[in-house]
Amino acid sequence: MARSIRKGPFVQEALLLKVSKMESEGEKKVIKTWSRASTILPEFVGFTFAVHNGNKFIPVYCTENMVGHKLGEFSPTRIFRGHSGKLVDKKAKPS
Amino acid sequence: MARIAGVDLPNDKRVLIALTYIFGIGLSTSRRLLEESGINPDIRTRDLSDAEVARLRQWIDRYLRVEGALRTEIAMNVKRLMDIGSYRGMRHRRGLPSRGQRTHTNARTKKGPRRAIAGKKKATKK
Repeated sequence: MARSIRKGPFVQEALLLKVSKMESEGEKKVIKTWSRASTILPEFVGFTFAVHNGNKFIPVYCTENMVGHKLGEFSPTRIFRGHSGKLVDKKAKPS
Repeated sequence: MARIAGVDLPNDKRVLIALTYIFGIGLSTSRRLLEESGINPDIRTRDLSDAEVARLRQWIDRYLRVEGALRTEIAMNVKRLMDIGSYRGMRHRRGLPSRGQRTHTNARTKKGPRRAIAGKKKATKK
């Protein structure tokens, strides 16, 4: 079920703070975050986040199309390398 | 034969049902459409007057996205997901379900017919 509109989109407070601070200072650095559940707000467009996937940080550059999605959607947690014994893998690997 | 949105409607069915032959119109949309344009849902398609057909066409043009336009919209939505590199887009690319369903078994609608896997042993029943 979708989240109630009354609550507004979920974003980790600290993350929001960091972005607004960087915005006011006009600098652009990669923001390391574990907050995969945070929604990408319109203010985040143009920023790069390093989103933790449980193992390492995946750089995610936010574009306008991504607004409304969660940061975690762009940082895959599983790597599928094909099944054992399967010689020809027809499917394209995720890039 | 009434032709609406590039689809021939079956003559012998009730309009309520016949309209659902258009991609993008299901039973509930069809019901609402007929009610709002004041057409008896129980009459057969062949008994529709030209004015009634025109009214249906007008209503569909104004409020609905059907057939080609709807298919394009859906394709665009999927393409957006794939282009931004999201998890759901990746699942679409792989032809797997994108809403967290299990794929160990089932998921045949997305995955298509079963493919035999070489060297896989069949489970034996005791």
